[in-house]
Amino acid sequence: MSLPAAEPPDLAVSVRGLVKRFGRTTAVDGLDLDLPAASVLALLGPNGAGKTTTVEICEGVQRADAGTVRVLGRDPAGAPEALRARIGIMPQGGGAYPGVRAEEMLRVIAACAAHPLDVSWLTEVLGLGSCARIPYKRLSGGQQQRLALACAIVGRPELVFLDEPTAGMDPQGRRLVWELIDALRRDGVAVLLTTHLMEEAEALADQVVIVDRGRVVAQGSPAELTAGGDQQELRFRATPGMDLDDLAAALPNGYRAVETVAGRYLVQGRIDPSVLSVITAWCAGQGALADDVQIARRSLEDVFLDLTGKELRS
Amino acid sequence: MTASTGRFAPGTFAPRPGRGSLVRMLAAQSGTELRLALRNGEQLLLALLIPIVLLVGLTLLEVVPLPEPRVASVVPAVLALAVMSAAFTGQAIALGFDRRYGVVRRLAATALPRWLLVAGRLAAVLGLVAVQTVVLGALALTLGWRPQADGLGWAVLLVLLGCAAFGSLGILLGGSVRAEVVLAVANLIWFVLLFAGGIVIPAEQLPGPLGTVATWLPSGALAEGLRTALVDGQGPGTQPVLVLVGWAVLAAIVSVRTVKLR
Repeated sequence: MSLPAAEPPDLAVSVRGLVKRFGRTTAVDGLDLDLPAASVLALLGPNGAGKTTTVEICEGVQRADAGTVRVLGRDPAGAPEALRARIGIMPQGGGAYPGVRAEEMLRVIAACAAHPLDVSWLTEVLGLGSCARIPYKRLSGGQQQRLALACAIVGRPELVFLDEPTAGMDPQGRRLVWELIDALRRDGVAVLLTTHLMEEAEALADQVVIVDRGRVVAQGSPAELTAGGDQQELRFRATPGMDLDDLAAALPNGYRAVETVAGRYLVQGRIDPSVLSVITAWCAGQGALADDVQIARRSLEDVFLDLTGKELRS
Repeated sequence: MTASTGRFAPGTFAPRPGRGSLVRMLAAQSGTELRLALRNGEQLLLALLIPIVLLVGLTLLEVVPLPEPRVASVVPAVLALAVMSAAFTGQAIALGFDRRYGVVRRLAATALPRWLLVAGRLAAVLGLVAVQTVVLGALALTLGWRPQADGLGWAVLLVLLGCAAFGSLGILLGGSVRAEVVLAVANLIWFVLLFAGGIVIPAEQLPGPLGTVATWLPSGALAEGLRTALVDGQGPGTQPVLVLVGWAVLAAIVSVRTVKLR
């Protein structure tokens, strides 16, 4: 007798077969994802892939047409108050009174929580102290984003939803937000974020879920997604016109070796120490030295292009 | 992964969720909204400056025929105007633009209960009306106003009912349509009600059926009720009270269907 698999208790978010339609458009089309507690999951995809819709259904702001969603063990539909008290939300585009000052807004949000973070400290550490008297509508996009992020975390939630947390931020701002998200995970907060920035997903996420047209096209850790048999390449320079047949014979099956330009060589395949020694031995046999050796790992962007044939930053 | 989280000591973000106290939530939201109204130039013009100018102008300049002492007839009109400006026009415009800037959606994402979102806005309106009443009352006293003590309790009740009626209508308008439309409609209605709704010109002096219509409008009911209370020192009778309650209930019922708290 087999028991039905019990839902793992440590999943902050669990989504199965999620479907959402707007009129004749299917925004989310049978999507599955799992976010374990104290980890970071990035929903990565081009604009219109269904990332925001998925997050808003998890927040309870929108209702699913089909599928099951569990957030901290319960159905988020209708955003029940008891659930809202446990999660932090950073909606796309933020949200504040047009005339409000950053710290004032943060105090209103902090008052909604039982044990909020220190508002003055959070304002300062997120670099919002310098714009203390500027109304929200005149803050830069990056400043508005940082305020929105502060509002999402000030209530010390167990789970935060960050919809494009670094959109419109300068590199320093982005670095700060990455550091903050790392600290959230370290302290036991689960983070579900959306992004269309590869490097952000690679830098932050334990799990990356690549979505396109409302479907999951790949998922795994950044290392899993970018690793794999023919997903690496090695480039080097040496004497032009060396005999590649010998090299092809010496390499295992499935590898490809070409001279791209005179004196520049490319080997595609899984590059491990034994392959590297085969290549250097082959060079030595021809009286040449492999120079300027570079091993390139496949980037998440390459993975995405392979899977969807689309630029991510569309 | 990023190497250092040195800016954030371990345990800083350790989860400790929970809903804040209702009183603190209400105080934070309505206190902030009141401060924002008092900091906003257009809101101040509408809520304080225009009523002040009308109070002084109508008292000192004999442009409209009024019984003596002129200030006694002007105060009820100006108070009714102040309530309409703060609770309806100012409130609707603020809500329209607050929605545009996503603050309603932002607040709705916290543990703040939905009803408190509305209650907070109405509390901010009450705060603004209190400021208006104190300023206008003090100014009227310096202009020689001596209110009928017997009517003061009625006046307070009428002002509160006026806040309920105009506040519900303001939330209905500000919560249902685009911010630009709110701006145009709220100002237009304010202007029409000021002159044809029984505020500056008492309902019985309005031409023909307009006078009858005005007594059924929240503006006419509030101004007439305040005149009876403050000039004659008497209860306003049932009609103004019922008219204000009726508008408040009607607007609240329609609001439940049309207002988008997003």
